[in-house]
Amino acid sequence: MSSIEAPKLVRPGTGLVAGELRNLLISAVIIIAAGCVPLVFDGYALQLAISIVMYTGLATSWLLFSGPTNYIALSTAAFFGIGMYTAAGGIDLAPYPVLILAAGVIGAAMAAIVGLATLRVSGVYFVIFSLGLAELVRQIMTWLQHVLGTMSGLYVTIERTEAEYYWQLLLLAVAVFVVGWWIGRSRLGFALRIIGNDELVAVHCGINTARAKVVLFVISSTFAAIGGAVVAPRWGYVEPVVAFSPFLSFQVVIMALLGGTHRLWGPLVGVIPFVLIWELIAIYFPSQTTLLLGICFLLIVYVIPNGITGLIEDAWHRRWKRGTTPGPVQRALDGSAGATARQLQPQKTNDA
Amino acid sequence: MLDSSRAEALSAAAVTKRFGGLVAVEDMSFVLADKEVLGLIGPNGSGKTTMMNLISGALKPSSGEIKLYGEAISGTGASNVAKKGVARTFQLVRMLPAMTALENVAAGGVFGHARRWGRELDDHAHGLLKRVGLPNAAHAGVSALTYIDQKRVELARALASDPKILLLDEWLAGLNPTELKIGIALIEQLRNEGCTIIIVEHVMHAIRSLCDRCIVMNSGIKIAEGTPAEVLSDHGVIRAYLGDENA
Repeated sequence: MSSIEAPKLVRPGTGLVAGELRNLLISAVIIIAAGCVPLVFDGYALQLAISIVMYTGLATSWLLFSGPTNYIALSTAAFFGIGMYTAAGGIDLAPYPVLILAAGVIGAAMAAIVGLATLRVSGVYFVIFSLGLAELVRQIMTWLQHVLGTMSGLYVTIERTEAEYYWQLLLLAVAVFVVGWWIGRSRLGFALRIIGNDELVAVHCGINTARAKVVLFVISSTFAAIGGAVVAPRWGYVEPVVAFSPFLSFQVVIMALLGGTHRLWGPLVGVIPFVLIWELIAIYFPSQTTLLLGICFLLIVYVIPNGITGLIEDAWHRRWKRGTTPGPVQRALDGSAGATARQLQPQKTNDA
Repeated sequence: MLDSSRAEALSAAAVTKRFGGLVAVEDMSFVLADKEVLGLIGPNGSGKTTMMNLISGALKPSSGEIKLYGEAISGTGASNVAKKGVARTFQLVRMLPAMTALENVAAGGVFGHARRWGRELDDHAHGLLKRVGLPNAAHAGVSALTYIDQKRVELARALASDPKILLLDEWLAGLNPTELKIGIALIEQLRNEGCTIIIVEHVMHAIRSLCDRCIVMNSGIKIAEGTPAEVLSDHGVIRAYLGDENA
């Protein structure tokens, strides 16, 4: 019999351990390096970098809710657009930082209302509703502008350099990561993971599932709204068709899936290649973008369901776990879907 | 029939549950004493699992009331009932598939009746895995566990909340004879530790050896109540299980 030295499970709330300290240092280095980008690059390269930090923030905030719960939300565009319109509508009324804050508050309030109304429905119903939400808000905005007799859009003019946008979006992305890290260590994060695994078990464990889901949905959507408010002046002119484009919602989901939804840094790994590939697509196939987006989606779902981080982790496990750690217990260490496949592979064991 | 020196742990008063025209549970009244092990038996479709769902809060009774240590719990929702101290296992074992055995157990101890966290939760979950006989499986993915081991994990998860009452819904079903012995020994151990338990079960020799008292249901109605020996020799009960010729 193999008796395995059980490593202590590091439960959230037990303080920093060596591995976490290392991760913290790596994160700090990456953030500082990312912060230096505008000092080195400008023009087109900086534009790409802006896209990357913006989508990193959006895709990671999407992951905060949809990752653990497995509720695929297509509502990013709804909240992003709300943020844009908050900034555009209030540009003459309040200083910009106040507008960003207001966008967050309005986004959070709307997410709470929507969440309370819809998070009782699960699965595909929620997906469809979240997609319809952006369309609903877009129609309301179009109608409002018609009634108010303004133009079909709003101008948002404010003096700001590309580097400033970059730093603001980077700050937002870092905030998303910090909040995500905190949630991962909290009871709320654990509750969400249980809900994603089996909602019925979650309820009987004493989890108020509706409340947990709404709280996370609010946090996730607030970041999308703030993101919209931050970039609104960069777009200059805000109109419903652009602000509430379902394209954005799908892009965010695809990037997160490409990177992998099992790790907080998964979306980051997906965003970088996707933004670069998407640039090429936009240049060479400008009129086939929707088709190609759909193909990307199908490819990711069928070919790499666990994303790039899933591939990396599988390779890592194959390299390190085989032969070095005997016994049936550690063979399925992480208990993820990949574990089943690994069990089918021949294993060298020392205690056979 | 009931030992009056013991406190009343759970009481059901005229509980009825209708699904449209179907009456799944009709006018059920019973009392469970503190530290008592009560068996809930009856043929398939007699309303046992519905009764368990009513107690655990998964279902709301159409009429009647369920009280836990004097406090009404029926209709307050399953998560509230769990917080008050009712823990359950499921008829078909339900694991959290993407989590380790340890996390599966810990899940029961954070949000329910007990609210542990951090090192305390960790130690508690390790202790429970040891208690149910899985000291080395803490970091195993649950999909790699055998059926009996999954059942152990589920039991440990239920125990993680320090429940006042434990509901075991056919926890012994589907086990082979060796596993069955292990399973019965485990429940016996809980019983000796003073747990208050309601067992829904078809394995009669388990009922005989584990239960202080039994309630027999048929077609949603209580048809007998007493010690296992009494109810299992009752003519009405035999008729319900085997038909008129054998009664």
